[in-house]
Amino acid sequence: MKCIAIGLVVAALAAAGLAFAADEGGARVAVPRIEIARPGKCVAPTPVMRRDHMKMLLHQRDLTVHEGLRDPRFSLKGCVNCHASEATGSVLGKGGFCSSCHAYASVKIDCFECHSPMRQERVATRP
Amino acid sequence: MSTDRRRFLGWGVAVAAGAALAPGLRLIELAQARSPEEAASALQRWGLLVDITKCADCEACVTACREENGWTGHGRPATDPQWIRKVSLRDKRTGFAQTLPMMCQHCEHPPCVDVCPTGASFRRADGIVLVDKHICIGCRYCVMACPYGARSFVSEEVTGQKADVPRGIGVVEACTFCVQRVDRGDIPACVEACNRDGGKAMVFGDLEDASSEIRRRLAAGPSTQVRPDLALNTGVRYQGL
Repeated sequence: MKCIAIGLVVAALAAAGLAFAADEGGARVAVPRIEIARPGKCVAPTPVMRRDHMKMLLHQRDLTVHEGLRDPRFSLKGCVNCHASEATGSVLGKGGFCSSCHAYASVKIDCFECHSPMRQERVATRP
Repeated sequence: MSTDRRRFLGWGVAVAAGAALAPGLRLIELAQARSPEEAASALQRWGLLVDITKCADCEACVTACREENGWTGHGRPATDPQWIRKVSLRDKRTGFAQTLPMMCQHCEHPPCVDVCPTGASFRRADGIVLVDKHICIGCRYCVMACPYGARSFVSEEVTGQKADVPRGIGVVEACTFCVQRVDRGDIPACVEACNRDGGKAMVFGDLEDASSEIRRRLAAGPSTQVRPDLALNTGVRYQGL
């Protein structure tokens, strides 16, 4: 009697798992949905940026604060100006360039507790 | 004679010739703004001269600083951040009243840097004293150490920051000589506002540059530091105090 009950539970779980897999539309892993407002050339190839953008920002942060080197290519302001959403002008919020990926990866960033997440149009339009 | 030695002597001759031919050339070059690829250098030291006899009874410098750096208060003077303030002085016997702006004095030997346990408080090569808010733990030792009361602790959540001036709760901040403006070759917002709307009392410039206006003004007349007894060699000097 006990064996039958366990068997039924296992069967039910297996069925539920199959149904869940079918809902995913065949993809084995869910991926974050990132909105890229201004597609173009970043400062480094995409795989490098995905893996190392935080190292670039950390490096640039120390150079800027302590030595006054404000290389616009690696500045956080530069990132935001290019990657902010066209609709909201921000890299945060639902579908925001920074927040969507970090929410997916469960990474808690605190850049924007102090830094502005909004695009600065005046700077962005400068050549 | 080895090649290295020969090259070294060659450089020596070239430098000597340059110094003999154009002694003023280097100074002109230093007075210009740095390029974005060039780090802040000890060849410069930024300074500010305030002529109190011209300091009008206005708040143009304070307002300009607020706007540039985005530090608005919440109407709570005990905890609101304050980067620059107007101080009124009055001689009790004669009744003679003066007013002056007080902010971070950008000392050569800053007590705030001495006491900082994390290295967040630091003096940049060109003499600007700053807080690296990434490293600051908000202990407020520097607030206590500063003899000028120049530093503030951010006690409340900050929103709507300026893109060039990141600010946040839990760290200490103070006047930066508008480092974001200085790095692109501009003068601080308070100096600009004073020259436009105020009494034209402020001069900002390079203390290491013999041809700068601030050096000429300092050489031409008496000036004083606030609390000279502490021997901090401040970057902010006052005239008429």
